[in-house]
Amino acid sequence: MAGSNKIKITPPRWLLAELTYKCPLQCPYCSNPLDYAKHNEEISTDDWKRVLSEARKMGAVQLGFSGGEPLTRQDLPELVKHARELGYYSNLITSGYGLTEEKILQLKEAGLDHIQVSIQASSQDLNDHIAGTESFQSKQEVARLVKKHGYPMVLCVVIHRENIHQMSDILAMAEELGADYLELANTQYYGWAHANRDLLMPTQEQYQEAEAIAQAFKEKVAGKMKIYYVIPDFHESRPKACMNGWGTTFLTIAPDGLALPCHSARELPGLDCPNVNDQSIPEIWNESKAFNFFRGKEWMKEPCKSCDEQDKDFGGCRCQAYILTGDMNKTDPVCSKSPDNNIIKDAISSARKSALESDEKPLIFRNSKNSKSF
Amino acid sequence: MTISPEKIIQFSPLHRLQWEEAQQKDVILYPEGMVELNQSSAEILKMCDGTRALDAIVTDLEEKFNTTGLKNDITDFLEVALKNGWIKQD
Repeated sequence: MAGSNKIKITPPRWLLAELTYKCPLQCPYCSNPLDYAKHNEEISTDDWKRVLSEARKMGAVQLGFSGGEPLTRQDLPELVKHARELGYYSNLITSGYGLTEEKILQLKEAGLDHIQVSIQASSQDLNDHIAGTESFQSKQEVARLVKKHGYPMVLCVVIHRENIHQMSDILAMAEELGADYLELANTQYYGWAHANRDLLMPTQEQYQEAEAIAQAFKEKVAGKMKIYYVIPDFHESRPKACMNGWGTTFLTIAPDGLALPCHSARELPGLDCPNVNDQSIPEIWNESKAFNFFRGKEWMKEPCKSCDEQDKDFGGCRCQAYILTGDMNKTDPVCSKSPDNNIIKDAISSARKSALESDEKPLIFRNSKNSKSF
Repeated sequence: MTISPEKIIQFSPLHRLQWEEAQQKDVILYPEGMVELNQSSAEILKMCDGTRALDAIVTDLEEKFNTTGLKNDITDFLEVALKNGWIKQD
């Protein structure tokens, strides 16, 4: 544990407010915890307002309203208004499902800055299959309305083996809808995506083909649309610089008020993540065990301990190290220097084998029934 | 992308320019991102309020800071700003 006095603590810049785990969609790569159904309590409107105020006072400026589906919270406009008064830049991260023109106007009036709409595929049948809900038409309509009312429009498409062949069509759809930003998020294997990994992970060849198409498109639309490409880290030789360093930038508050250094950290053992019902945000950020656990470099083991890239990637993702090796202190196995790198190679070949087999097992969709079985 | 000298320059409606007390600097905010500005960049962007073209921005800034010869630096920065979508010219 690294909570020594010499580490300079920087204030949070990003607050991710996961308002609820309720969601009308059932995407099988959802990043919510598998057992989310167990954590069905939600903190009150006043609690959220206090969290927003305290984090803003410390220096948080980017605010994501997320979930689950944040639109299921009836107090969303009230929270948006509070955020605007505090000077946050607020991002609504939504499935778009159930978002009416009236609501879009109401949120604009309240001071919402931007709406990110997720679309699961470029065709109706695949979108509705992946989402587990008939939603393609309404998502397209929402994307148009977001644009019509002067918001920057970010389209987010999570990429996996079921839709990666649609890359050209996905790009054309983004252009047709007038997206200002397109997030091509290669699936990260946490939560539900981890459980469905064999069925979701594309092959190396599929990634290469899709990336080449996206790259050519990026040049074509330069100046009109910005593309965020979330890299498929299993196919890289170095890990991602997770959370820009633990406890340096990002603060996530889960629906039940649990404060997390990263949205997957609930599952890490022994962190004793604090709850906003018990402690203030400055106490949580500066003093809690969880937020100090991986601050700095004292915690690192070899090969990170003596690695000249430790300031670049901070040893990679703690949650990934835990999910894949059972030890959250280890080097992220994605790194080719990791002694556990064979786990990644095995995962890639297992997914490849699954892709070539005809009798694939079915995807596990993200819903309360399945969640209760974990 | 280059700045047209005769056209009015406007800060992008898809971005927000804001003073951050905690950081003691001006920043540009946009979907899920932030750019921290140094003082001179912030001063230039504040002039892009939809009332001035390039020459007026240069004149007003030279007057404000009681100096001359800023045109090249201002033009260079505005071209970067245009490329990044922080400002626009219709």
